[in-house]
Amino acid sequence: MTTAHTRAPQGDPAALAAAATAAVLADLGSGAHRGVVVDSPPGAGKSTLVVRAAGELAASGERLMIVAQTNNQVDDLLVRLAEEHPHLPVGRLSATGYRLPPALVGTSVSNAEKAEALDACAVVVATAAKWALVQDRRWPWAIVDEAYQMRSDALLLVARLFDRALFVGDPGQLDPFATVDTSRWHSLSYDPSQSAVVVLRRHNPDLPVHRLPVSWRLPASAAPLVSDAFYPFTPFRSGTGPGERSLRFEAAREHDAYDTVVDVAAGSGWGLLELPARFTGAADEEAVRAVATLAARLLARGGTAVGERTPAGVPLDASRIAIGVSHREQRARVESALRDLGATEIVVDTANRLQGREFDVTVVLHPLSGRRDATEFHLETGRLCVLASRHRHACLVVARAGIPELLDAHPTANPVHLGVPVSFPDGWEANQAVLAELGRHRVSLTP
Amino acid sequence: MSTIAALGRLRAAATGYAQPAATVRHRHLSARPMVLVPYVLAGEAFAPLAVLVGTDRDRPHLLAVPQPRDRDRRFAHAAELAGRLLPHLGAFAAETETIERRGDDPYERSLDAPQVLVPTAGGIEYLRLLGRSTRFRRTDGEFAVPAGVPLLGRWSTWLADRAGVPGSSVLLAMTDLLTQAWATGQSAMEDGDLASLLAWIDPPAGRRGDEAAREAEGGPTAGPATDPAFDERLVPLITAFDEAVAAERESDEDAARGERERRAEQAIRDALAAELMPTWDRMWRGVDLLSALPAGASVAGRWEADRASYSFFAADLADPESRPQPRVPGAISAAAQLAGRERAQARLDAEQVRDDPLLMAAVRLAGEAFRGELIAVDAERMVTEPGKKTARPRPLLVFRTEDEPLFGPGTELACVERPDAKARVLVNEPGRMELELFGGMGGGKAPKPGSVPERGEVLCWTSLIAEFRRSPDWPAVEDTPWTHGGPPPEPGSEPDSATATGPEPDDDALEEWS
Amino acid sequence: MGTTGTTGAIAGRLEQLRGELPTRNHNARTVAALAANPGCARRGVLDAAGIEKTVLAERLGFPARYGRSPFAIGRGNVFEARVKADDGRELRRLLAEVLGADPDDGALVDVDRGGPTGPTARPGREERVARTREALLRAASGDPDACAILDHPLLPLDVAGRRAYLEPDAMACRVAGRLHVVEIKSFAIIDGSADPGKLASATRQAAVYVHALRGLAEELGLDPESVSTDIVLVCAQDFANRPIAVVLDVRRELATTRRRLARLSGVEELFAELPEGLTFDVAEERVGAAVARVPAAYLPDCLSACELALFCRDEARACGTGGDVGTLGTSVRGALGGIDDIGTALALADGTRAPEPGQEDVARLLRRAQALRHEALGGVG
Ligand code: SF4
Repeated sequence: MTTAHTRAPQGDPAALAAAATAAVLADLGSGAHRGVVVDSPPGAGKSTLVVRAAGELAASGERLMIVAQTNNQVDDLLVRLAEEHPHLPVGRLSATGYRLPPALVGTSVSNAEKAEALDACAVVVATAAKWALVQDRRWPWAIVDEAYQMRSDALLLVARLFDRALFVGDPGQLDPFATVDTSRWHSLSYDPSQSAVVVLRRHNPDLPVHRLPVSWRLPASAAPLVSDAFYPFTPFRSGTGPGERSLRFEAAREHDAYDTVVDVAAGSGWGLLELPARFTGAADEEAVRAVATLAARLLARGGTAVGERTPAGVPLDASRIAIGVSHREQRARVESALRDLGATEIVVDTANRLQGREFDVTVVLHPLSGRRDATEFHLETGRLCVLASRHRHACLVVARAGIPELLDAHPTANPVHLGVPVSFPDGWEANQAVLAELGRHRVSLTP
Repeated sequence: MSTIAALGRLRAAATGYAQPAATVRHRHLSARPMVLVPYVLAGEAFAPLAVLVGTDRDRPHLLAVPQPRDRDRRFAHAAELAGRLLPHLGAFAAETETIERRGDDPYERSLDAPQVLVPTAGGIEYLRLLGRSTRFRRTDGEFAVPAGVPLLGRWSTWLADRAGVPGSSVLLAMTDLLTQAWATGQSAMEDGDLASLLAWIDPPAGRRGDEAAREAEGGPTAGPATDPAFDERLVPLITAFDEAVAAERESDEDAARGERERRAEQAIRDALAAELMPTWDRMWRGVDLLSALPAGASVAGRWEADRASYSFFAADLADPESRPQPRVPGAISAAAQLAGRERAQARLDAEQVRDDPLLMAAVRLAGEAFRGELIAVDAERMVTEPGKKTARPRPLLVFRTEDEPLFGPGTELACVERPDAKARVLVNEPGRMELELFGGMGGGKAPKPGSVPERGEVLCWTSLIAEFRRSPDWPAVEDTPWTHGGPPPEPGSEPDSATATGPEPDDDALEEWS
Repeated sequence: MGTTGTTGAIAGRLEQLRGELPTRNHNARTVAALAANPGCARRGVLDAAGIEKTVLAERLGFPARYGRSPFAIGRGNVFEARVKADDGRELRRLLAEVLGADPDDGALVDVDRGGPTGPTARPGREERVARTREALLRAASGDPDACAILDHPLLPLDVAGRRAYLEPDAMACRVAGRLHVVEIKSFAIIDGSADPGKLASATRQAAVYVHALRGLAEELGLDPESVSTDIVLVCAQDFANRPIAVVLDVRRELATTRRRLARLSGVEELFAELPEGLTFDVAEERVGAAVARVPAAYLPDCLSACELALFCRDEARACGTGGDVGTLGTSVRGALGGIDDIGTALALADGTRAPEPGQEDVARLLRRAQALRHEALGGVG
């Protein structure tokens, strides 16, 4: 790394996090700002903050709208809200045909298709797309969740609904994308293809920006690497120390590379299952099989995850495992391979759609595995960051050998646009940092 | 890139001849396109040097600027170009049809619209810059320009904007049209050179495409940037012209006045004509090749959108209150533009694969579609879905296929041959696919006659379904929220503002170019 | 010619390769271009040896088709002169605008003006380097007489052991204790945007200057961080000749430059693969064979980045059975799962060739693709 890194914050993580939260809430309460921005690295208690802020605002009698990006995110927030504030009347604004998930049935959450029906609710939650359809309503406060994932044109459609807002999100994840060439708008301060926060801050440079300093999701084995590689100027630390979390498996039966890498990851939090170097098409069938087999093996090994919240340990069932890939076609192929192995409950998704989600163990197909040439898409820092930061215990990466050579031969010719902030560090350096760590946990697979 | 498209390039490289990249033409081709081949002076932001223009392949009009740095000559050139283009661009506005809209007033849509063809993507950028540099010009006052100039600017801006809308056909680059239809044995980058691209597709008799392409390289360029070697030849000619102008200013002999200047100008025109003509001929050869391809089934539908856009724009021009397009769009229009283009892209993607079995083949290869023969039908099948009280017709369709779709149970599919049909995957086994039909059968207790496919039909089903997305209700400009800078200042109140729209003198109206 | 930093053996090897061939001194453009195809050993060797590739390309019978229009050169010179005229009046105004520098504070010193033989004579290169160093030192020490703008500074940089001289357009020396590289380009910024390719190449060149300057600062015992990674780019505004300045962050390009230069110094590894006694300084009919001994990695992007492109393309098109897949571009190559030979890929697709071990998956993909293509084209593809 060639950049001068700032050191991760020191001290008791709970105290650090509490101080950061208190500062955010103080800024909100002061009424001095139209907006407050909170940068949250992976798993830094973003939802906890949202739920707390919602509680405080509701307690002071202010009505609040919450904007999330996907229906999953809305439901997750509602579950947290109902847990923390069981008596708070909360509304969910949803599309026709939506039904409350079981976890929300019988709680203080009510569901409606029209905003009018939820006027009695202190807090109303919906996706940005649903909010865009609401007319003739205005809220004194809004919380915009995953604001770095939101495109600024989506914010344009909902900003008329609130006076003030708290914007919360992770700046290290994938930037929002468009399906057409957007360069013609890049020089505009309100570039519709940029993230909501970038546009907001260009127009309101004086808004306070806070940073959550502690990742409660990432284990001590992952936080320093993710912080160094992806957040070199805004470091964070893990909420738990080394050894506070552990992953146990029943004894191996096959004693093959899969078992070995599972054990390596259980011990270190990282594992690299390396296939022989080979260039492949987008769908590397061998690697796809390896990913599915590894995930199925994780299940079959009867794991137990022990952590600060689950000292007695919880069984590592399918809902606690996820597989991350880069392309839709890879997802379809892995799903198909999982069906063959009878492990269909394991979530498989692309990096884009895994943003904001959390699992105990993840299996990742490396974006550069088997590629003849690297492309900007596959090198994108945010993609690797999302994939390498979804786990609470361990992350197992499947990749073909040869990625360092691929990076070395990659010609660098990024176009430059005026007014577009440079994303830094570039994918090249972040990839090198992650590979260096993974190299220490390598297990070779010879099919 | 799909392996199917890649194979086209490989085959071309191996055989020496271009291969099909599509089975139909995916863009509208006018019966009378306006062909425009522009050149600009190197090193300047935008200094037109020459254009060849016309709708008749046998009668190209050469418009040239003997001294492109001279402001007056630049605008005289723009006026001359306006004289050529405006009659054609405006000619389609009169004949219209009335289109009814649900929930909105009917509107008038022209029966046809103009089409401008340029050699490369650089030609589209040329029109954008031409528009930017002329639409704010005033036709009165100190730096007055001829009336056609700002009008040409507004038309050029419309054309260039519209060209950014996926699937639009009012302004197209020949290299884009040709590479959509054919794959060559060279790289996409080399395909950007019209001469070598066309040589691959249509080599001279008795030659292979690869040989012809190599010979065509390094010849006169299709512009708009000139070949530096050509510029070396142009320098003395322009110098001679400048000297002629200077000498004649000093001479008082009326008889000789203009003669030397005319000769110097003619030398420049001759050089430009020789450099531009090969591209002119290639443009028309390209038109011939493209018109020999059948148009895709959805092309006419997309051209309707172009015709509507044309009618709206022509109507706006006719309104005395209307102003030129702003330098840059405001926050609301930028967002609306992006959303509109994304909708157009989604429509184009969905329509192209349905129109073209070769593009659909790539979707099938990727496991997102299959084509198969219907070997068993249970048209009577009824299902009571969870949460519903009554049973609905859900005919069972069993297909035999050699494709390997990656559908999981429950995946929803659309059908190419039966656009109304909607089905869901029940079982996906190697070679065999079971679907249940759930849409396109009418609302009755039994499926509408003819809505259930019959045994023996060969159908193609895909999970790529274009959802119709309504354009969102954007806020009014004066309601631009604080997150996006708030409402823009009133046009004219702040002359330097980027969103100002009024025609105002630009700096370069005030100074001579170097 | 300095050979600092390279061991004698390597220097000898480079000299042997070069023979009497004309050499070229690296400049910012050529150093920036090192990043264009880092996977190519041929280019790595030629660049390390400092061989003038234009001349080599001519000897190979494939002269490069580069060139700049005389109109563009003329306009560039006029524009730069205009920006710097009147003791840098325009430039000072721009620097004040974008960096908040005091426009009247300090002189504009032209390193290129006034030699030992008189005020109009041009000083030599080392003299200019010395003057640049001195100006740098004075600016860093906060000398009240230090210049505000350094015109035509000259920076030394070791490129694979050979000394290159880089010439930034100018440097702003006294903005909050930091130095800023100034690049003057005559292309236009219209309504706030400019050609992304031109911006990228300006950014890459500026990053090379920043790198060289930081090296110089370090040599002088100064804090390398005092050279800012924010550079000032001066361009023409809209359609006029009026200059406009923007600040560009070159951190990303600076990291790339460092990586590439480090790799070039690792040229020894490349030599290990080369035949003993290889030299490119041979009779014209044998140059091709000599160059061919060094493996290339031709891609279409070479056409705009390397003088040897036409030679390498010809070679790549002729190699194997049907040519190298790379000639068709990386997106085609990426769809073929590592089959690099056009003839082999087609034979696998047609089923006329059995896949080798490890090729089974891609062979299956190619055969299915071919079958689908054939069907879609009605049996003629
Ligand atoms: S043109 Fe040849 S020598 Fe130059 S980079 Fe490309 S392959 Fe290497």
